[in-house]
Amino acid sequence: MVQKIGSQYKEILNQYMQRQSEQNLYVGQNFSRQLISENTSPEDVISMHKAAMQELYEDMPETVWHSFDFLIEMMINYGLALQERQSLLQKQEELRVEMDLAANVQETLLSTTMPSLDGLDIGLLSVPLRKMNGDYIYFISGGEGHAGIAVADVIGKGLPAALCMSMVKFGMDSLNDSTAFPSEVLSTINRIVEKSVDDFMFVSMFYGRYEAETGVLTYGSAGHEPAMIYRAETGEFEELTVKGLLLGVSPMASYEEKEVKLDKNDMVVIMTDGVTEGRTAEGFIDRQVINELILRKKDESAQTIVQFVYDELVRMQNAELSDDFTLVIYKKV
Amino acid sequence: MSNQSSVEIQTEWDIVAARQLGRNVAKELGFGTVDQARITTAISELARNIYLYAGQGRIEIQRLTENGINGILIIAADNGPGIPDIRKVMEDGFSTSGGLGAGLPGVKRLMDDFKIETTLGEGTDIRATKWLR
Repeated sequence: MVQKIGSQYKEILNQYMQRQSEQNLYVGQNFSRQLISENTSPEDVISMHKAAMQELYEDMPETVWHSFDFLIEMMINYGLALQERQSLLQKQEELRVEMDLAANVQETLLSTTMPSLDGLDIGLLSVPLRKMNGDYIYFISGGEGHAGIAVADVIGKGLPAALCMSMVKFGMDSLNDSTAFPSEVLSTINRIVEKSVDDFMFVSMFYGRYEAETGVLTYGSAGHEPAMIYRAETGEFEELTVKGLLLGVSPMASYEEKEVKLDKNDMVVIMTDGVTEGRTAEGFIDRQVINELILRKKDESAQTIVQFVYDELVRMQNAELSDDFTLVIYKKV
Repeated sequence: MSNQSSVEIQTEWDIVAARQLGRNVAKELGFGTVDQARITTAISELARNIYLYAGQGRIEIQRLTENGINGILIIAADNGPGIPDIRKVMEDGFSTSGGLGAGLPGVKRLMDDFKIETTLGEGTDIRATKWLR
């Protein structure tokens, strides 16, 4: 095999030595691709070159042959760098496969069932920036016309954020009470996060408890991006501001809660900062932009609105998200 | 059958002496120019590790014959501090990223067999073999 490659090389080199044409150089470059695909190291190429030259021009001065030996010595570390690169590429591929598996596990682990409540149309979308999602939507539905929704965002992205989110999920699972109030839910999850995560991991979370019969949403927030309410009657948006520290900061944190009553065609918009912190060439995408997008589709279903906002924001940012993106719309119908 | 000779590593110049010894033996055994360069690069790397991390030690070169095949064995031995995390130093990118050269993974690639034994506070013994094909 080595001999065959060597004689091929000699042939191509000889062609070039006879006539220094672009055509012959092109043939040489194509041959180098073959050498690379066969993992031939640079020092072997030079050795092959030296051997070919010795056969073609045997009466060259000794200094020429010495120079090739020197060049071989010079190339050993380049050859090693090449091999290292190949092995790192292989490792990268292994990691990619592992991440894909982990992302599947996460998807199964964090899956949640959308509640069906009379008079409430729900639309949602959660798109991770990388493979693993650091945002999370969780529904608690237990019949009796109540449903809880948690929208959480781990400060950070990727794998660490995803691992941290699993814990929030188990906290929510253990609560499993659709009639629980936000201040209670947030304090419970806060204690779990505070106890189990290191000091650099924080989670923001919005929690809303919706009662179908009255159309009242009771909400609380642990340092989360404020939700908004759209009033169909006035056509205006209002921020749902409520006090509360990020989860994981202090075990003693307490959480305020407020109420808002939804009338027909009113919408509550819950999001993570991946929605509001998008950037275009002109600067940050502000709330005004999001509000306008929602207004353009306000008569459509909640899911259609959510998808439209996402598509438009992605388009405005040239298909590049800067963070995990999660958007939920509750629409009273 | 084995036949050995060694070089004490104390100064940077001893690295050159170890290379020279290795190259002479490799040449005598019939290794080609490229393999000679690989063997001496491996010796360089091991000798430099001794010089940089253990302060002093020894590079030993042995001729081997096994099942009618000739080979060269490099032994790098020192009584230095030992290597605390051997998995880490055998990882690609660990030593090269700091610009330290090929590192131990490089030595392993340059040679056919590679064995390392290290004890904290006692020292390190590395054996690398290349067979003549």
